[in-house]
Amino acid sequence: METVLARKRAAEPHAELQPVMKMASVNKSFSGVQVLHNVNIELYKGEVHALMGENGAGKSTLMKIMAGVYRPDSGSILYKDSAVNWPSPMAARDEGISVIHQEISLSPNLSIGENILMGTIFPRNKMGFIKWQLIYEKAEAILRSIGSSLDPRAKVSTLSIAQQQMVEIARALSFNSEILIMDEPTASLTDKEIEKLFVIIDDLKRKGVAIVYISHRMDEIFRISNRFTVLRDGKWITSGPISDTNPDHLVKLMVGREIKDLFQRTYADTAVTTKREPVLELKDISDKKTVKGISLRLYPGEIVGLAGLVGAGRTELIRAIFGISALSGGQIIIEGKPVNIQSPSDAIGYGIAHVPESRKEQGLFPNLSVQENILMAQMHSYRNSGILQYDRMSQDAERFIMDLGVKAASKDQNVMGLSGGNQQKVVIAKWLSIGPKVLLLDEPTRGVDIGAKTEIHKIISNLAEQGLAVLVVSSELPEILGISDRILVMHEGKIRAELSRQEATQEKIMYYATGEIK
Amino acid sequence: MQTNLQSAGGNDQLIKKKLSYTFNQLGMVIILVLLSVGMAIFAPHFLEMSNMLNIFKQVSITAILAAGMTLVILTGGIDLSVGSTVALSGVISVLITNAGVNPIIAMLVGAAIGLAAGAINGYLTAVPKLPSFIVTLGSMTYLRGLALVISGGYPLVLTNETFKFIGAGKILGIPTPIYITTLVYIIMFFVLKYTMFGRHVYAVGGNEEAARLTGIKVERTLIKVYSISGLLAGIAGVVLAGRLFSGQPTAGIMAELDAIAAVILGGTSFVGGFGRIQGTIIGVLIIAVLNNGLTLLNVDSYWQKVIMGGVIVAAVLLDRIRNRRRR
Ligand SMILES: Nc1ncnc2c1ncn2[C@@H]1O[C@H](COP(=O)(O)OP(=O)(O)OP(=O)(O)O)[C@@H](O)[C@H]1O
Ligand SMILES: [Mg+2]
Repeated sequence: METVLARKRAAEPHAELQPVMKMASVNKSFSGVQVLHNVNIELYKGEVHALMGENGAGKSTLMKIMAGVYRPDSGSILYKDSAVNWPSPMAARDEGISVIHQEISLSPNLSIGENILMGTIFPRNKMGFIKWQLIYEKAEAILRSIGSSLDPRAKVSTLSIAQQQMVEIARALSFNSEILIMDEPTASLTDKEIEKLFVIIDDLKRKGVAIVYISHRMDEIFRISNRFTVLRDGKWITSGPISDTNPDHLVKLMVGREIKDLFQRTYADTAVTTKREPVLELKDISDKKTVKGISLRLYPGEIVGLAGLVGAGRTELIRAIFGISALSGGQIIIEGKPVNIQSPSDAIGYGIAHVPESRKEQGLFPNLSVQENILMAQMHSYRNSGILQYDRMSQDAERFIMDLGVKAASKDQNVMGLSGGNQQKVVIAKWLSIGPKVLLLDEPTRGVDIGAKTEIHKIISNLAEQGLAVLVVSSELPEILGISDRILVMHEGKIRAELSRQEATQEKIMYYATGEIK
Repeated sequence: MQTNLQSAGGNDQLIKKKLSYTFNQLGMVIILVLLSVGMAIFAPHFLEMSNMLNIFKQVSITAILAAGMTLVILTGGIDLSVGSTVALSGVISVLITNAGVNPIIAMLVGAAIGLAAGAINGYLTAVPKLPSFIVTLGSMTYLRGLALVISGGYPLVLTNETFKFIGAGKILGIPTPIYITTLVYIIMFFVLKYTMFGRHVYAVGGNEEAARLTGIKVERTLIKVYSISGLLAGIAGVVLAGRLFSGQPTAGIMAELDAIAAVILGGTSFVGGFGRIQGTIIGVLIIAVLNNGLTLLNVDSYWQKVIMGGVIVAAVLLDRIRNRRRR
């Protein structure tokens, strides 16, 4: 199927003579720091244009300018042959530019249907009342067209991050747009949903929509895009047909230097680990909804991957361990002692750290600085007779910023001024700062670029060598395969298989994850 | 020449960057200065020392309440009950003083009553997670009711000199309430910036879910915040009783609204998480200068209300417009 699509794509004429969108010499500064320097980009009808660059390169900023969220300081935007200066994002959308933003921006208290059609004119009857039935029907049609079985009447607050991502996609599709900007649409989706998304993208291309596709997943880029543009440190580096490049070359353009292959963990001395006492043991635990009787042992020094499809219960399992959701049965044992974890602060007390799946909702304090975001879980250790020692805090914050390569103007910068990937690094730093015994990671490198991803994997692996036990959920199979010593595959709330790093392959994992058991 | 121009531009950008952090407060400082200058020109007695002390003394109750209100609004909540707490604390502390209790102890009891009322508000907001607006609307009503029941609806006259001193006394020529207010603000500044509790207040206000997942005891933090607001209201009640020489069941009516207005004028956002205690001082002073100036100008007291309300809305609007333009 993959090759068929690929061949079809190659045969398609993707470039017309005139670009539908042409941005030239775009400059943009935020409070005195210039983040875009004379950037150019051209989009043609019916193409998928990969916008590439490291975290903080300026991709999202450029796209926000294209979509009227920010105004450029200077430069021109030529849309369908006329110069435009969007007064608002709504104006851009009405003219046919829609965006799937990197950060999910749904209204949690409204229904899925309302969220999808938000911004369109709701159908009304003669009295001026909204025809809800029609809204839900329309929303349902869009959802089904992207292969989602969500109920448009359900509230968004009940959805997982991946499901919310699907709603975002559905919303962007509800406008008949000529340009569709996708800023990391697949960051929390698994292969199954991504395949569906690619079918839709193919369909949109055929209809002549120009698509900007931002992703840090190289394989996706080479599967679906026609052309690419690379940004580095806010500067335009190059653009061209994707056939002129290859993953290594592209990475080199993005980073400005060679980068070695994806990180491969080598440690994994299972003989030693099995002899030790498990640091975390789960006996038959269930939560009230998804998790059904899971038992596992996590030994000091090992990294265990949790694979599975969206909805398999991976996040729910991790949340149950961390005391976010209540257990309905089973026992958690830490270093041989049964414990009763009622809340995250209990879990932290036992040395458990948890990088949540949604940095915006569950990880970041949008009102605080990078420094405080990093140290918030650890404030108590900076007190001297009750008084916070700011100089010690600064030192430690700076060390974490260095170690994780967080790109920030300063440690005192507001965290929301960081690019998405750098925000993720801040959340990871927060949890490393408590010096945990058990680290639960839920999509830890979501939106993190290749170079930084390798760095984070190295750091986690080094910590494991010093005795940290890690349980990691990732929808990216290469990531799971790359860093895990063992892999547990979940399906419908149960562990279906345990694979050693030697026997694990993408195919085997998918086989168990889809539940295709005799 | 060229390089000169560039470095000038760079400097300019740097200044802009610094300003952007203090803009909210700065805008309000400008408004405060303009108002004061206007008053100084049109109301001849405005700048006199006695009038200045008078301004500070009059505003001390609002100021003490606003300090606690800043905490509450920083967590994204609201405390409508502080005005009623002022009344209850005043009535009870005067009542027991008149019954022969040591006035110092009576004043402490007044403060403790505020603390207890606040703790109940905090518990209901944090644990069963009722909206603070509803909880404190309720306590605003029942606390006022209690004050009326206990006093029988009449002011209780205060004769004890020690007690009077807290509201009407002077130390080195400066009214006691000014010392108390200053102390409250110094402590509050310190608590917000230099204690873990203070930073947790910001964390909870900025993102409650993230705070919980970070291991912050959100419930405990909220209960403390409302307790502090109540405690300060209790103290304000004692100070006011001392100043009025009586415990009045109708004291502090609408005082919560002045406090809220001061906090908002000071740049603290209703969204939670954004704001500073320094800003609240500015907000308090704007209200004080307006009140005092309008009185000096012999503006009819009904019209004073109209002008006050208008100025509050206009000031916040102005600030919002200036902030939006920066994007
Ligand atoms: N609102 C803002 N205020 C201040 N600085 C900002 C703001 N938005 C972005 N920046 C800065 O602009 C730069 C580019 O950010 P941008 O979000 O465009 O990066 P990105 O290429 O999308 O990165 P990522 O892959 O991590 O999403 C970063 O250095 C970021 O810190
Ligand atoms: Mg981005």
